[in-house]
Amino acid sequence: MREAYARFRDIGLLWSIGKDSTVLLWIARKAFLGRVPFPVIHIDTGFKFRQIYEFRENYSRKFSLDLIVSRNKGAAKKGCSPENGKFPCCNALKTEALKMTIKKYGFKALLLAIRRDEHGIRAKERYFSPRDKEFRWNYQEQPAELWDIRTAKLKNEEHLRIHPMLHWTELDIWRYIRRENIPVVDLYFSRNGRRYRSIGCQPCCAPVNSEADTLQKIIRELEATREAERNGRAQDKEDAHNMQRLRSLGYM
Amino acid sequence: MRIVMVGHLDHGKSTLIGRLLLATDSLPDGKLEEAKKAAGKLNKGVELSFLVDQFREEKEQERTIDTTQINIRTGKRNYLLIDAPGHAELIANMLTGASSAEAAVLVIDAHEGIKEQTLRHAYLIKLLGIRQVIVALNKMDLEKYSKERFEKIKPGLTGYLDGLGLAVSSLIPLSAKEDENISRPSKRMKWYKGSSLLQALDKLTAGKKTGRAPLRFCIQDVYRVNGKDVAAGKVISGSIRNGQCITLLPSLRKVRLGSIRVFGKDKKVCRSGENIGITFRERVKVHRGEVAVTEKDLSRPLYRFESSLFWLSPEPLLLNKRFLLRLATQEARCSAEKILKRIDPKTLEILQENAKELKVNEAGRLILRVSSPLVIENFSFIDELGRFVIEGKNGLSGVGIVTSLLQRKASFPQNRSS
Repeated sequence: MREAYARFRDIGLLWSIGKDSTVLLWIARKAFLGRVPFPVIHIDTGFKFRQIYEFRENYSRKFSLDLIVSRNKGAAKKGCSPENGKFPCCNALKTEALKMTIKKYGFKALLLAIRRDEHGIRAKERYFSPRDKEFRWNYQEQPAELWDIRTAKLKNEEHLRIHPMLHWTELDIWRYIRRENIPVVDLYFSRNGRRYRSIGCQPCCAPVNSEADTLQKIIRELEATREAERNGRAQDKEDAHNMQRLRSLGYM
Repeated sequence: MRIVMVGHLDHGKSTLIGRLLLATDSLPDGKLEEAKKAAGKLNKGVELSFLVDQFREEKEQERTIDTTQINIRTGKRNYLLIDAPGHAELIANMLTGASSAEAAVLVIDAHEGIKEQTLRHAYLIKLLGIRQVIVALNKMDLEKYSKERFEKIKPGLTGYLDGLGLAVSSLIPLSAKEDENISRPSKRMKWYKGSSLLQALDKLTAGKKTGRAPLRFCIQDVYRVNGKDVAAGKVISGSIRNGQCITLLPSLRKVRLGSIRVFGKDKKVCRSGENIGITFRERVKVHRGEVAVTEKDLSRPLYRFESSLFWLSPEPLLLNKRFLLRLATQEARCSAEKILKRIDPKTLEILQENAKELKVNEAGRLILRVSSPLVIENFSFIDELGRFVIEGKNGLSGVGIVTSLLQRKASFPQNRSS
């Protein structure tokens, strides 16, 4: 993260308010010794859980964040929603909203909390990963990354996706949340026998059966589980290669 | 523990990883079904490698394009298996996967034997500094589990790996497809008395070797925190103590530490591997690329060194042509003063001495010189100050390690750059 900031002062951090990007935000506060020196961006589809909005307001104040809320108002007005197709909805309300924000603020690099173990396609990512001006990810011709030396270059109108937590696992995240006592949205904790393992937009997230209502119990549950983390996320599985299509169009 | 899987195209790396996923019961529920479903849509039967090759193109071509990383767990520990692609054009992807690994599994098809990429990958593993290697002689089922075949292929292979200075910890005949010698000794190869693959993995030593190296703190950036400059960076080796007198290189300025900062608190001592911020008692301007050392273990900033280099760019490395060199947080313009040897990494054959150029996928021993003095060490002494990349105008062009430190022979302008 420090390396990214050393190379690009025009940088922003994508905060979905989920557990991973909240950990990323925490690490940013640590790396820069208290105050995050760049904007934190929330891509707001308007379909997020109420708890997510409350958490955003609460902690953006507590952490003195320079918060940018990014919405594709045009598409939202036209009635873009998951019922009319998940693929166009994700693409318009997330990817397009992000494009508009990058353009407006002139970001050269974005910090994202994606992890290799989340999805097979994310496993191919680099720590520093260039996107062209159409946001495309050319995964067949990615620059090599050796040791911790970063060489990815920017040409005009490109931006760089930076993935500091690429090598973390879901279990690493929870163990770190426990170690550092990091606040997370309470949807992750069990209520009435169910909890969310992965959160995003309310209509596209399904809870799992779980009794884990403390950090300790979540960690114990994950140590024993055999179910994939994003099983409750609809956009991953509508079609065999949906996530790959979304990603090559610039999705997170 | 991070393990890179390397080897020639179609020698069965992805299949072997698929087998290891099944053998260690590390597959999340639903993944096997997902792979079956995707395979069905593409009108192919389910293959073990489909669990690994998640990309559409990879499924259609049945080969790995980029590195994929997969977690498995044994009773002893967790492993991250890095599946590196096997064909020549994708060597950059293989390097990416391998540079972070602690050990390598070199997969060789027992039927085809040693091929071009087998040897090139072995060479690169050595260059990257990976010290533990397991050789998996795969597809023994195609050779009827024959001891004769195993014995026939063994001498050439061990000969080459010894020549590179790579120590092979196990050489295992196995079949990923038929599950032989994977988790337990094979009943069909009773003549083989060694470990199965999973047993061999569990025998590897985890963690970096930690020698008693002197302090090297590489400054990465400078932040203004509460009206004070904080130099952020990593302790590459040795330890650093609050109040200590340090020397900044390459300028040789002496300063005293005011405080060592991490988030939320000040620290008294920090050791190698820690990312910290430091402040100084004196008012000094420090910059990215400077290295803090102690006076008694000074490192002389150098303009020249000898290196072992692998060239990746289709544009050849020419004598005296200028590139950008990156080493830890330092960068400088560099050029080749002399190409002592041009080497074919497939055979270790010396193609030419005193060469004029190095072509794509060739290795070499070179004398490099830089435009401003660098704080460097032999790779075998402090690896993070002894490894570097070379960038051309199209990005990453070469990767190398420092093998010998040389005195200055003036060729570049000599102004000190601090």
